[in-house]
Amino acid sequence: MAKLIVVHYINQFYAGIGGEEMADHKPEIREGIVGPGLAFQAELKDEAEIVATVICGDSFYNENMDEAREEIVDMVKNYEPDLFIAGPAFNAGRYGMACGDIASAIQEKLGIKSISGMYLENPGADLYKNKLYIIETKNSAADMRKAVKKMAALALKLVRDEDIFSPEEDNYIKRGFRKNIFEDKRGSERAVNMLISKMKKEEYITEFPMPVFDRVAPGHAIKNMSAAKIAIVTSGGIVPKGNPDHIEASSASHYGKYDISMYKDLTCEDHETAHGGYDPSYANEDADRVIPVDVLREMEESGRIGKLHDYFYTTTGNGTAVANSKSFAAEIAQELIADGVDAVILTST
Amino acid sequence: MKLELGNIIINDIQFCEGSKIENNTLYVNKSEIESLILEDEHIKSTSVDIARPGESVRITPVKDVLEPRVKVSGKGGIFPGVTSKVDTVGSGRTHVLKGVAVVTTGRIVGFQEGIIDMTGKGAKYTPFSKTCNLVLACYKEDRVEAHVYEKAVRIAGLKVATYLGELGRNIEPNHVETFETIPLMQSCRKYHDLPTVAYVQMLQSQGLLHDTYVYGVDAKHIIPTMIYPTELMDGAIISGNCVSACDKNTTYHHQNNCVVHDLYKKHGKEINFVGVIITNENVFLADKERSSNWTAKLAEYIGVDGVVISQEGFGNPDTDLIMNCKKIEEKGIDTVIITDEYAGRDGSSQSLADADESANAVVTGGNANELIILPPMDRVIGHIEYAEKIAGGFNGNMDEGGNLTIELQAIIGATNELGFNKLTAREY
Repeated sequence: MAKLIVVHYINQFYAGIGGEEMADHKPEIREGIVGPGLAFQAELKDEAEIVATVICGDSFYNENMDEAREEIVDMVKNYEPDLFIAGPAFNAGRYGMACGDIASAIQEKLGIKSISGMYLENPGADLYKNKLYIIETKNSAADMRKAVKKMAALALKLVRDEDIFSPEEDNYIKRGFRKNIFEDKRGSERAVNMLISKMKKEEYITEFPMPVFDRVAPGHAIKNMSAAKIAIVTSGGIVPKGNPDHIEASSASHYGKYDISMYKDLTCEDHETAHGGYDPSYANEDADRVIPVDVLREMEESGRIGKLHDYFYTTTGNGTAVANSKSFAAEIAQELIADGVDAVILTST
Repeated sequence: MKLELGNIIINDIQFCEGSKIENNTLYVNKSEIESLILEDEHIKSTSVDIARPGESVRITPVKDVLEPRVKVSGKGGIFPGVTSKVDTVGSGRTHVLKGVAVVTTGRIVGFQEGIIDMTGKGAKYTPFSKTCNLVLACYKEDRVEAHVYEKAVRIAGLKVATYLGELGRNIEPNHVETFETIPLMQSCRKYHDLPTVAYVQMLQSQGLLHDTYVYGVDAKHIIPTMIYPTELMDGAIISGNCVSACDKNTTYHHQNNCVVHDLYKKHGKEINFVGVIITNENVFLADKERSSNWTAKLAEYIGVDGVVISQEGFGNPDTDLIMNCKKIEEKGIDTVIITDEYAGRDGSSQSLADADESANAVVTGGNANELIILPPMDRVIGHIEYAEKIAGGFNGNMDEGGNLTIELQAIIGATNELGFNKLTAREY
């Protein structure tokens, strides 16, 4: 098998160019190994060869991110590497940010497996851990030998497409992905043991640390409803009869946008629900129960509202991932703004 | 209250002229089972089948799973208030057909019935791949509405489980376990040096097709109350819900409530387990407030040091779970909650619909959105065409080779929130 080709990224300090005073050093690429690359080459042995090293000053990268990123991606592309290694950056904040940014860009834009190494509290770790495998290091270069060993080991697994084990086993910083595994004991037994520890004030590890939720402040009240254009958006799963876009009963992967300009009243002839989280009988009988088109038409006629928007947006909220919901909402909101909608009635179930 | 549970180990089910138990095999007269089911005017036709562990069989869409039991002595009968009189159960002796389950299926009712694979990758996610299953496929009369159909199928399951349980009345069990809970004050005197613990069980009660029954009462209409743990073993609580397959508590789960069993294991040694507080998961805010106020009040009133809280379902009931946890913690009582997660197929999304920092001791049954590819089975009992529609399925999820890609959500009991399984999720 041919040797794997590796490109390494380091900052001006590890390249021996200088410290803070040289942090404006512009990106350059040198053939072969520079600085800590030697240690990597020793770990990678005959399997891989570091063919080039990118060097960039930390200040330059952080202050000219777009430019630096673009330039370095172009430099690396020419070598067609199998692997890109950035750092390790230990606790150096700007170095960490640069490593995280360039390694994720190389991975994303060129599809080349990338890895970095950082101290847990390095701001780059928090920002890039979900995009990248980042080996957890100690907070100083005294940890170089161990860090390189761990980075090289995981890098080779990545390139070989081997199974990546848990953060503890493969030494990377937790990436924020929930993954199923089988425990030795059933859940109820784990719960009873956890309670006993908690009551005794002994240490225990919760299986799910509580997340911090974002809160959205409500918009300003509309002063003149009689001139307002109102749209309906629902997670109640109302769709034209037959669910033409196959919106899932649960865990929706997409949303639908449907024309209601021709309807005064929704009926079981034309609309139904795709939602799997509630008894659909009443919604199927009369979809106005979930999206009140009939009442809004009356209000439109009597002048209480200006106009009901011609389209409604719909998905099923049932078990749908928050990340999906957020991306649906971002797109829907843009369209609503573009269509001059003043307010939205959001209905759930 | 003291209950002896006599377990009759059953290794196989066979169809036969006369129903009986012999040499750890359950023999079943098929036509008697069929006529029992057809007693209900809402059911037009039925077919009865057997699925054994290791067989290449898929059962879907599954509605409920039940364990056959019979009351040999002590008051009342199994499933009090539904198929037996409403006597208080939980004492005396009960025989259990261990290793057997009654599984109900039929044309889909809602969207939320599930899959049981008896072999292959999916089998390890459901406890009912390890039981010998008598599968009842029930089909409704044309004009019968969904919720009426659901009830008819539910009652059919209860009747057949009772019929089979009766066969174990005079059989000598392979082993007998004894469970006892004494009155609260006595228990506190007897185990005065142990921390007092109760179990808060949340029952699914979100509405039509999302129901649970306690002694025949729809749990939507209960105010949180206390129940002896052994009452559950006699079928005091049954499932009437079609909530997502992975985290609904089937009647089997209620009969074999693992939190109860695991608390009993530590009872008198490390803890004083005094009983079960049952509460509901209604959809109206006032109901949520009232019920969580009451669970906290009851936990305080009986003076416990800690509780385990189990959830059923997900999304909307996450709010009940967090309210219960928060209000009980505010009383100075330690809590551990059991839930499951909907973190998206890649596991990167938010797992729960509600959260609070007081929920600092959590057991999870795993991420229900995680995808699994189920290999084709030689035989399907029920209807595979619903595999796209049931919760966890999606359009075009079966490839040409018959491999079915589906979320764990669709597998019966996969992420059970009583903690019935070993599955969990970790951050990667």
